[in-house]
Amino acid sequence: MIALVGNPNTGKSTLFNGITSGRRAKISNITGTTVSGLVGPLELDGQIHDCLDIPGTYSLAGRSPEEWVATRAILGLDGKPPPEAIVLLADAVRLERSLYLALQALELNIPMVVAVNLMDEARNQGLTVDLEAISRDLGVPVVGISARNGDGLDALRTALAQVIADPAAHISSPRHGWSPELTTTLDRVTALLPDRLARHGRALAGVILLSLDDPGAKPDPDIPVDAIRELLADSDDLVVELIQTRYRWLDAHSPGWRDAPVQSGATLSDRMDAVVLHPIAGTALFFAVMGLIFTALFAWADPFISLIEQLFGAIGLQVAAAFGPAPSPMMEILRDFIVEGLIGGVGAILVFLPQIALLFFFIGLLEDSGYLARAAHLVDRVLRLAGLPGRAFVPLLSGYACAVPAIMATRSMPRFRDRLLTMMVIPLTSCSARLPVYTLIISALFPVAIEGFPLPIQPLALLSMYVFSTVVTILASIVLGRLMLHAEETAEFIELVPYRMPSLRVVLGSTWRNAKHFVEEAGGVILIATIVLWAALYFPRVDGTDLLTPEVVAEAQATGLDLDEVANGLALEQSIGGRVGKAIEPVIEPLGFDWRMGVGIIGAFAAREVFVATMGLVYGIADADEENEALRTQIATQRRPDGTKVWTPLVGMSLMIFFALAMQCTSTLAVLSKETRSYRWPAFVFSYMTILAWVGSFTVYQTGLWLGYH
Amino acid sequence: MTLDQLEPGQTGQIRTIAGTGSFRRRLLELGLVQGTPITRQGSAPLGDPLTYRVRGAILALRRSDARVVEIER
Repeated sequence: MIALVGNPNTGKSTLFNGITSGRRAKISNITGTTVSGLVGPLELDGQIHDCLDIPGTYSLAGRSPEEWVATRAILGLDGKPPPEAIVLLADAVRLERSLYLALQALELNIPMVVAVNLMDEARNQGLTVDLEAISRDLGVPVVGISARNGDGLDALRTALAQVIADPAAHISSPRHGWSPELTTTLDRVTALLPDRLARHGRALAGVILLSLDDPGAKPDPDIPVDAIRELLADSDDLVVELIQTRYRWLDAHSPGWRDAPVQSGATLSDRMDAVVLHPIAGTALFFAVMGLIFTALFAWADPFISLIEQLFGAIGLQVAAAFGPAPSPMMEILRDFIVEGLIGGVGAILVFLPQIALLFFFIGLLEDSGYLARAAHLVDRVLRLAGLPGRAFVPLLSGYACAVPAIMATRSMPRFRDRLLTMMVIPLTSCSARLPVYTLIISALFPVAIEGFPLPIQPLALLSMYVFSTVVTILASIVLGRLMLHAEETAEFIELVPYRMPSLRVVLGSTWRNAKHFVEEAGGVILIATIVLWAALYFPRVDGTDLLTPEVVAEAQATGLDLDEVANGLALEQSIGGRVGKAIEPVIEPLGFDWRMGVGIIGAFAAREVFVATMGLVYGIADADEENEALRTQIATQRRPDGTKVWTPLVGMSLMIFFALAMQCTSTLAVLSKETRSYRWPAFVFSYMTILAWVGSFTVYQTGLWLGYH
Repeated sequence: MTLDQLEPGQTGQIRTIAGTGSFRRRLLELGLVQGTPITRQGSAPLGDPLTYRVRGAILALRRSDARVVEIER
């Protein structure tokens, strides 16, 4: 295996695409972490090697298990052999910083080739880089490349082939000495390590030393962290000395690596920043870009989503037709299983793809162009009020379209603590699947206007739901951030990377891989969930026409409902889902809900908007959407045996609060589980949101009753 | 003085970074070690975070985080 290591934003993905057969690259989940790396085939002299693209890092000493990926891969700590060679990608403009990482890696005695990227950017800034001088000082081959243009990639391959042919000759000894005190300390740390780790010597001891004051860092279960902490109790400055020793070496040698000092200011990037970070122009640009992303997710994705739905509807009809007009009962069950469970389930997976693809396409473009970091910088002050970093903005905004791509988008957040917090509150943002539910309730139950009140009630009610959702998201983030994730520091910096023209190939490649990854990872769970929910509303099979009493028939004729549909509604009442709806009635009664709404809530686990169709089924109206007048009328006129209305504006309000707060989307839970690699976090999110929803609705309904509304 | 006190365009040299923990180490590993020149650029429109140029990179630091970095002019 060959490992590709480098700082973030040095063009690593571009290089990876350039030297591997990128299209066959696979996202590989790295053991025990939520990080995924890319593995692609790299051909050298006719031999295929696995090339692992390790997530960008500034140091081998990570702050979280995620950031230990590079170190673990390089040391072969995960039971896999260490790489045969490292390609260390350096940045021609920011040489010292990228070669700091090289020095750390060199100490670990792994054969290495340094590829200095962005040679073109350096040239544009008037810098010439002396590759030979760097090679002489580091003691390993150094190749200049420009990954974007593909310059120097052949030279890199040649150098890499030579290293692999004769690895021993390409291991450099440590370049700098340690002070006697530091040497002693590193040796004492090494002595505390088990043999498996001690063989990496002072280099690993140094990495451990750096990571020690990080609560989140746990590089290896066998490292006796407490014993080492005790050993170092009063030598805190060793960390500083360790880092400064390397930088002193770098600063002593770097004047020989380039012929001009890095100039400050007046680059194209700086001139662009004058506009992009300008209080007025920059803010306007920010709203324009975010507006574009939101429009894309909300509006542009819609025709594609409809197309997928129609396509799967049409396939379903075709398959159903193949069973003939009057199949036997067994064949009828099989037909409905295939059409509604299987075909419907695959459709339920694929409807997410337009939004996922569009979101990852935009994030890829913004990230690679350098704008995403600036957007995070611009909103950092605002998001800090919610205890989140600026990077959380795009995922949260995406949540208003759909939580599934939004949760996936948190991958662009470097720190796991922030990522986890963002993922936990995203399901509270008002996703587009809630909109049909709100629309149905508001249009059926809320007056168009109230005398003496100047504003139209219905749009105002809808707007209030969005404001409510936003406020709750912020509050939840503050509370959860304090309660659960308080241990870690919140200090963070953002690097405003130079503007670069994004490569369409890299962006499309990552869009494609993320879409594919979603289908492979979350697809199975979503399919199973669809089938289970279908079965819950389908079994046991009851012929609803047997349940039609003369009163029901008379009522249906009076209201002009189709008798078959009414019969279906009665059959639904006998289904597992219907029974569960009735069973939970005592729990949801204090919220103002009856068992029919309970069935609707259960059906909504497939997707929140399914609530509308389920209400249609319950009230005997086929294929109802939120615009359906008959459904609105049915809802508005339903009465209990005692003559009181089932659906009042107060019940509507309580139900909307419930939908705003409850975690009712199995697809979101599936993605949460995949992204956190756990069942614990989705279980937690489900629990806290369900409790929140119940308490929220209870408060609204009971307060309303107390105030005299019914 | 501390890093947050640099006015736009002014340059200082890093002295020390106060405290312990991953943030300090992170900044040190980015090359904000003793003697490194650092120049204040500007800030985000809301006045925070502040931006600095150091070792050819531009870093945005929250004002409260910049306060832990001791510099001399």
